[in-house]
Amino acid sequence: MTHFMILRVVAKLLIPFILIFALYVQFHGDFGPGGGFQAGVIFAVAFILYALLYGVDTATRVVPDWVTRWGLATGVLIFSGTGLVGLLRESEYLNYSVIRDSPVAGQHLGITLVEFGVGITVASAMISIFFAFARRRH
Amino acid sequence: MALVVWFVVRLRNLFAVVILSGLYSLLAAVLFVHLDAVDVAFTEAAVGGGIATVLALGALALTTSREAIPERIPVLPLFIVLIVGAALIYASLDMPLYGDAMAAAHLHVAPRYIAESLSETGVPNMVTAVLASYRGYDTLGEVMVIFTAGVGVLAILGVVKAAATSGRSRDQ
Repeated sequence: MTHFMILRVVAKLLIPFILIFALYVQFHGDFGPGGGFQAGVIFAVAFILYALLYGVDTATRVVPDWVTRWGLATGVLIFSGTGLVGLLRESEYLNYSVIRDSPVAGQHLGITLVEFGVGITVASAMISIFFAFARRRH
Repeated sequence: MALVVWFVVRLRNLFAVVILSGLYSLLAAVLFVHLDAVDVAFTEAAVGGGIATVLALGALALTTSREAIPERIPVLPLFIVLIVGAALIYASLDMPLYGDAMAAAHLHVAPRYIAESLSETGVPNMVTAVLASYRGYDTLGEVMVIFTAGVGVLAILGVVKAAATSGRSRDQ
């Protein structure tokens, strides 16, 4: 694993931009193309690239297993929790209009939260699936 | 795309097959961009061209990169595939033409989404509005599917390591 000097340096330069791009896709998804699914995948790709070049064990020190495992469940909980707010406010499940005072603001907040949950779950799932595969090599 | 599929079927080197299927996804993404479906193209490029290829390569590293030559020609599966393929092509003849304004998909809820989604949700990207709000249940289901996939892979492949790490964290 010592021969990939150029790849490692280039990857180190690229990874911050990949992460920034993922966040952009995540939070700009309501204005441009993109959203939680794509952002989650791009976010995961940054860590997968890191794991490919520096080894899974090094990458596991960056993203420990408990982070991806909690993230996997947390994303689903954020999504379904956002839905529950609508139920608690005497409306339908996943109706975001009642989250805030005006329906439009509620919808916007709900969509942002839901996409955030999607992003967390997708990123965690992709990272943990890749790590699970890559670890088998040892 | 047909050429790529031909090579995917013919080649025995699975490494080349994985790379070609990634290429197929990228071509599909280009097709989606051409159809003005930018969000779908984005997903296809990221998931089909990126993650799926990497995961398939990871799976190859665990197994072998040569496809075994079957001892006999599988007649029954070939027969089933031909029948299903013919049925699908027959069904596709019934589909409305691309851009047909009178197609069923454009007459039911689509006009409301196009007219109202911006004023109802305040989100300019209609795809995001439909995905997250109008079709929230479906998207929740998709997230559940991804969650289940992650848990499933961890349950099958992550067992040894999981026991080790959880034991370690309990010690601390």
